[in-house]
Amino acid sequence: MPSLRIATAAAFVSLLALGSSAGWAQAPKRGGTVHAIVTPEPPMLMQGLSQTGPTNMVAGNIYESLLRFDEKLNPQPSLARSWEVTDGAKVYTFKLQPNVKWHDGKPFSAEDVVFTLDKFLREVHPRWRPIANAQVEKIEQLDAETVRITLKQPFGPLLFAMEVASAPIVPKHVYEGTDYKANPMNNTPIGTGPFKLKEWKRGSYIHLVRNEDYWIKDKPALDEVFWQIIPDAASRAVAYETGKVDVLTGGSVDIFDVPRLAQLPNTCVTTKGWEMFAPHAWITVNHRNGILGNKQFRQGLMHAIDREFGKDVVWNGYGKIPTGPISSKTKFYSDDVKKYDYDVKKARDLIKQSGYKGETIKFLALPYGETWTRWAEAVKQNFAEVGVNLEIVTTDVPGWVQKTSDWDFDLTFNFLYQLGDPAIGVSRSYVSSNIAKGNPFGNVGGYSNPEADKFFADAAVAATEAERQTLYTKVQQILAEDLPVLWLLEMDFPTIHRCNVKNLVTTAIGVNDGFRDAWKE
Amino acid sequence: MSGLARFARNRGALIGLVLLVLLIAVALLGPSLYPTSPWRLVGRPFMAPFAMDRFPLGTDTLGRDIAAGLVHGARVSLLIGLVSTLVSLMIGVPVGALAGYLGGVADDLLMRFTEFFQTIPSFALAIVIVAILQPSLTSIVIAIAIVSWPPVARLVRGEVMSLRSREYVLAAVTVGQSTPRIILTQVLPNTVAPIVVMGSLMVASAILLESSLSFLGLGDPNLMTWGYMVGAGRTRLLDAWWISFLPGLAIFLTVLALNLVGEGLNDALNPRLARGRD
Repeated sequence: MPSLRIATAAAFVSLLALGSSAGWAQAPKRGGTVHAIVTPEPPMLMQGLSQTGPTNMVAGNIYESLLRFDEKLNPQPSLARSWEVTDGAKVYTFKLQPNVKWHDGKPFSAEDVVFTLDKFLREVHPRWRPIANAQVEKIEQLDAETVRITLKQPFGPLLFAMEVASAPIVPKHVYEGTDYKANPMNNTPIGTGPFKLKEWKRGSYIHLVRNEDYWIKDKPALDEVFWQIIPDAASRAVAYETGKVDVLTGGSVDIFDVPRLAQLPNTCVTTKGWEMFAPHAWITVNHRNGILGNKQFRQGLMHAIDREFGKDVVWNGYGKIPTGPISSKTKFYSDDVKKYDYDVKKARDLIKQSGYKGETIKFLALPYGETWTRWAEAVKQNFAEVGVNLEIVTTDVPGWVQKTSDWDFDLTFNFLYQLGDPAIGVSRSYVSSNIAKGNPFGNVGGYSNPEADKFFADAAVAATEAERQTLYTKVQQILAEDLPVLWLLEMDFPTIHRCNVKNLVTTAIGVNDGFRDAWKE
Repeated sequence: MSGLARFARNRGALIGLVLLVLLIAVALLGPSLYPTSPWRLVGRPFMAPFAMDRFPLGTDTLGRDIAAGLVHGARVSLLIGLVSTLVSLMIGVPVGALAGYLGGVADDLLMRFTEFFQTIPSFALAIVIVAILQPSLTSIVIAIAIVSWPPVARLVRGEVMSLRSREYVLAAVTVGQSTPRIILTQVLPNTVAPIVVMGSLMVASAILLESSLSFLGLGDPNLMTWGYMVGAGRTRLLDAWWISFLPGLAIFLTVLALNLVGEGLNDALNPRLARGRD
């Protein structure tokens, strides 16, 4: 009676799980190995030089930055033990942790921080460079444990720029005076983080071991972390089922496999740990192409899309319907905006008033796998119900990047990370100064509204949080009326892990810096 | 024994013919059976066959009617099979006839050209062509035709070479008929039998090729085809087998029917070979 045996085993395991959740406050147990998936294989692990998702996922456990962020995006101490904002929000003073050592045994000090922010990242980091050049007046060391950043004007998002992917602190003694990108030490990253790189077997795994000299006593709890590299989503799911890996990081299996895997014994699923990224999915609209520049038409389309269906059926219930450009997980979200429910009649009326004559609109499919293809098919049907003819055009990833960057499309899907603050991750898609060819993540649709531009610009440098909220609420109201793009989903990337891997996801970037606190029962 | 009788004596061929007639009937009647688009989201997703009267064959991952998909897919499959076979015959027959009849340098040139296409793996070539031209009905027909004509050319060349030294051809040369006229009126009509047999098998392989392309996501994204249905359902094979299985069965039966009919035609049109079986 195999089925009975499985049922008994499942009951037994769920009892175990209950038992352990009751004793949640128990002290972390030292030791153990965890196998996690990273996909695709990162190009490199030197986090200052590469900002790809896979690099951040692994290297966020090797490098550290001044701050960490909790799930509500509140800054927490990391290499900075405390910080102070003074002089009308223009001077940031960071006190650093004492007794921190680099992985090669050399001591860490404020010199490393100044070198990293003022020299290294200013030269190589695409997100820090514009902030350093436009907002920062000077970065200086007050003593071995104190760094001061003076701004030209108040810049609210500065603390978010201190997250580990945006500003990983790198060792001055390794990089000073070298060609950063050609430095051979990029292959053997030296950080201050809880784990050191032991071995990287290309195409197979990345092996991290415990940093015995880590500055927090008794951390990390784990001895080893293996990042397994398995190229195919179905094989990754099988690797979890057969026990080869313990953690399926967000996006490593197809969304429709998640409910099945969640049923497995000793399996926990969480959608947390992506608050910093808050991936926001939408249909990009090319405003230059005929009827698409008409606001009424876009409003009609928005009413025509059954976004609940997309969420429940295409994305298996994961995610949330957005109200506007800013994710409800990001700072300065407001739901005090015009709402678009699924209403076929209203959609037909608006489309009729817009003067749409039945011309065929091309939809450039996003080649990121089957879920996106199904979603395009569902949207096409939604549009067909209100008499809008959509023709789906398929392409590969380079083709999509090229067509989108060159504005050679009518409609297409896209999703962007919000990175905690609208000034960093949201405004880039809507401000007219970002209408430029060559990058699929700029304002490729060509939306331009001077009023929205001004609010975005003012909000970025407003001195207080309250002023910023007022301005961002206004921007959200304007954009929800204009619909520069059609927002579809605040996406969730569920992390699946064995329930006996504890405390894995405790921050806004989840597993990217989660192994510091994780432990195995 | 007449050709028809010889065909009828092959029981497999009869079964194939019945299947094929049914399929053509479905394809022709399709629009009246299922007048709306097969892409419409009509019901709850993942409904099993016979779970609900409205959807006798169930629904797929998005709640589309699988029966409607199969019916509309039949039209697309047959259309692509027939058109791409016709196009490849239009390339293969002239090339083969010229090479076989003219011989010499022209034969060498045309056959090297044919071999050039024959040596490239045909499925890989089809994928490349479709990917370059953007997936659409036209590009798929072109791709299938381009990879399927070389065997036709070789077959026709062989037939023409054996025919061109027959007495009636020599007689036509003697009375001064022009070369094109000899090829068209004296030689080619006698190659029709093997071409018909080959053509019926080519329709089958064209349908398979189109299904494989669609399965890989290189089909026309705006056409409901069987290959697309198999491909779209394959990831849910464990919990919703019918989404992939039913269109797969349709492909299997169609290709089987065409092969059986092709064999029956071979028996009917090549009496000398057929007699060997008695």
